[in-house]
Amino acid sequence: MATIISLDPRITRAQIESYDPADVQPKPDLDQFITFEVFHQAKSGARHIHVGSVHAPNSDMALLMAKEQFGRRGQTHNIWVVCTEDVVTMHANDADIFATTPEKVYRDVAAYMVRNKVEAFKKEQRGDTKE
Amino acid sequence: MTDALKNLLYRMADDALILAHRHSEWTGLGPLLEEDIAFSSIAQDKLGHAQALYTILHGLGEPEPDTAAFMRNAEQFTCCHFVELPNGEYDFSLVRHYLYDAAEMIRYRALAESTYQPLAALARKVTGELKYHLYHAQTWFVQLSAKGSEESAARMQSALNEAWPYALGMFEPAAGDAELSAQGVYPGEEAIKAAWLDAVMETLAQAKLVVPSQAEPVYGGRKGYHTDYLQPLLDEMTEVFRIDPAAEW
Repeated sequence: MATIISLDPRITRAQIESYDPADVQPKPDLDQFITFEVFHQAKSGARHIHVGSVHAPNSDMALLMAKEQFGRRGQTHNIWVVCTEDVVTMHANDADIFATTPEKVYRDVAAYMVRNKVEAFKKEQRGDTKE
Repeated sequence: MTDALKNLLYRMADDALILAHRHSEWTGLGPLLEEDIAFSSIAQDKLGHAQALYTILHGLGEPEPDTAAFMRNAEQFTCCHFVELPNGEYDFSLVRHYLYDAAEMIRYRALAESTYQPLAALARKVTGELKYHLYHAQTWFVQLSAKGSEESAARMQSALNEAWPYALGMFEPAAGDAELSAQGVYPGEEAIKAAWLDAVMETLAQAKLVVPSQAEPVYGGRKGYHTDYLQPLLDEMTEVFRIDPAAEW
């Protein structure tokens, strides 16, 4: 069989032979552990903030790994782990349901220009007639 | 009392130093990335405990911590055989990690109440680290035995059988213990061993492992008699230091 000629020296050096895509076997299922999402709390009463994930066979082991990975440096008060599969999420294709049409900006706090009125009122109170 | 105290400090420091080195041999070879980091970080903590103990010894007129750690021969060490043994497979390393840290926890808890202030202060300072070491060890221990596969449980049992006589050797009777106990410095190895057995039996029940019967404790380490594994470990550990012992690091 011919060797693949590539501009990537790693490929050329590895002397990978060209192949027929039809011969490629599908990869076996991953032999990795399931993943757990890690939430880190810096201080008592503070929010738990999502900081990453760890591989583990169960929640006990996940907490142990999370302690090492995310509680080793900096201040930590507590850590949560949640099995990734237990996180309920929107489908990425549905991101448009969060979109707001321009006609609805009156629903946003930022759309109210009350500050201008407040400033005008304060001026009036001061007797400041200058514009 | 000073001799008995120094003896206690040296055997604790030597145990921590040698086991720290053994643990560190897993760095880069651990079974999982996270676990590799965890084991290495525990090894560093142990090294820190050894350094703190050598520092207390230095205050009692013994050599500098680096000299104590790197310039003694095997027969001058008083570590137990348990910590000298090679890592073997991960099962043995974990079993040793658990049995050792279960003892450390009890020893340091007792020392937190010691009348010898430097040791009491150190014990209080490292409580959190020891709690973590024990938590780490215990979680893995139960995971691979009761919660693991048939193979992992069998391997843990066989590692326990191998480790047990050496683990009992951690509590080799020391001549000065009665004196230390009378002064309220340290309750002595017999008392620590009794509390350790209670704690370990509870975990073994959880792990569904059994203690090997008729195990004779392996003694000698506290008197300077060691396994053939210690000197090669020391040679490797001190290799760089011995090139230039006077070097400033």
